[in-house]
Amino acid sequence: MPEPRTLIAAVTAAFVVAPPALAEKIFISNEVDNTLSVIDGETLEVIDTIEVSRRPRAMALSNDGTMLFVAAGDDGVLDVIDVETHQVTASLASGPDPEVIRVDPNRPYIYISNEDDNIVTVLDYEARTRVTEIPVGVEPEGIAVSPDGAWVVSTTETSNFAHFINTETMQIEHNILVDARPRHAEFTKDGAQVWVSSEIGATVSVIDMDEFEIIHTIIFDVPGVPREAVQAVGVELTSDGRYGFVALGPSNRIAVVDQGSFEVLDYLLVGQRPWHLALSRDETRLFTTNGVSGDVTMIDVERLEPVRSIPVGRFPWGVIVVD
Amino acid sequence: MIYLRCFWGVVWRELLRFVQQRGRFVAALVRPLVWLIVFAAGFRMALGVAISPPYQTYILYEVYIIPGLIGMVQLFNGMQSSLSMVYDREMGSMRVLLVSPLPRGFLLVAKLVAGTLVSIVQVYAFLLIASLYGIRLPTNGFLMILPALFLTGLMVGSLGLLLSSFIKQLENFAGVMNFVIFPMFFLSSALYPIWRLREASPLIARVAELNPFTHAVEMIRFALYSQFNWEATGIVVATSAVLLALAILGYNPARGMMARKTATQE
Repeated sequence: MPEPRTLIAAVTAAFVVAPPALAEKIFISNEVDNTLSVIDGETLEVIDTIEVSRRPRAMALSNDGTMLFVAAGDDGVLDVIDVETHQVTASLASGPDPEVIRVDPNRPYIYISNEDDNIVTVLDYEARTRVTEIPVGVEPEGIAVSPDGAWVVSTTETSNFAHFINTETMQIEHNILVDARPRHAEFTKDGAQVWVSSEIGATVSVIDMDEFEIIHTIIFDVPGVPREAVQAVGVELTSDGRYGFVALGPSNRIAVVDQGSFEVLDYLLVGQRPWHLALSRDETRLFTTNGVSGDVTMIDVERLEPVRSIPVGRFPWGVIVVD
Repeated sequence: MIYLRCFWGVVWRELLRFVQQRGRFVAALVRPLVWLIVFAAGFRMALGVAISPPYQTYILYEVYIIPGLIGMVQLFNGMQSSLSMVYDREMGSMRVLLVSPLPRGFLLVAKLVAGTLVSIVQVYAFLLIASLYGIRLPTNGFLMILPALFLTGLMVGSLGLLLSSFIKQLENFAGVMNFVIFPMFFLSSALYPIWRLREASPLIARVAELNPFTHAVEMIRFALYSQFNWEATGIVVATSAVLLALAILGYNPARGMMARKTATQE
């Protein structure tokens, strides 16, 4: 005797044209295992583990969506992975200790923060040449490219600056001081603001892109959790302007922020030390990499509820959702 | 027909008693709420409880102890229901019930079901307050736990009935409360997961695994997340059957504990 739910599902399937299956894949970089875990978007199970160069952290997709670039810090390369076959097809020299990478939406350029050399390297992934190097503050980490491709923001962990690089001239045009240890930068989908998270400051500075000044500082305070355990790292913003999500490191929480009022709406419990975040393509699900517990938590964005945690490799760092 | 009338008579009396004893209802709610609000707040494991089935992700401690507190509500109610049997016996109203021509086993089962229904009302009142307090539970779970609540009510009620067949006076019952309720509650998975108990003491973990109350709590925990735990349910059903059989035997005037006690007194 089938379960009633199974029966209902079968009957529904017989009469209604089934919606297209979620063909999404979620790539996770495991910093200590030197691997990527690939999670099937539908079953939420790990379907493949890809060996990559040492210390994989940030990942980015090529503009045509066929190539995945993985920054491998200890080998100083970007591995190029075919998103269909999961094969490493090439390794591009990236300069020493690449940490965060982002792709220019208009040109085949990758912006790379080279933490040890205090530079942002610009690489042409088609020509496989180095375009330029831009000196920035001490220990560059976060990188964000504005949706129109006009600006690159580089955050420097020790200098506590957000540097604004004009992508035409490849020169820094503005420097904005933010709270201690800025880790990550993320543009709103309309490009009007960039949100910069500060790990030690445990804040997010919201910077207006017309005035190039901080218009709001979001402060996080998780009830019952020591202040020092609250560290702001990964940021993800929904394109409808509704929610901002901020990974709060050792407090094991994701903060939900109202993008309009900057009010913190909730703190969601996930695995240990969430680091980075990625929304699914339809923005109904949010994935978090939980470094210490070695898993990925999937959050239902509509209900703002963590649903499932999926074990991956050791110290998962970055996450990217691919169609 | 007469069975049904008798059954409703017993159930109605129990519900009336429950409605009239407002203090009992308040106490039944305050007890788990104190645990939830005071104990869980002081011991909230703010960084989350590690994943173990039926949970699929990390949860807060206050979410973890909800099934245990549901079990606590039912355990106390089961014992209080039995306490009323001792009271009835002392006051003489039990005699009115026992002169009924219906089988004694039927009367006891009716009494048991009545007590279980009362405990289910208490559980839902507790869950309502817990939800208002901000505890997030799956919506489906509120309906899915109903069969598990019924089984748990029968199990702890049968245990109470069996105990009440041993007890002659109200005064003795307090001791049983201490020696039965507290060990059953504390040596179970109600407050801490078994793996956590095992870290502290493998012996305590083993005792908790053998404790039928642990299985009642786990059955409720799985049902709350729309999952069915065969092992826990099987153990609860088997334990209920054995305890109920012993209780019916205990109340049998010819063979049970009452007969023996009367014989001793004479």
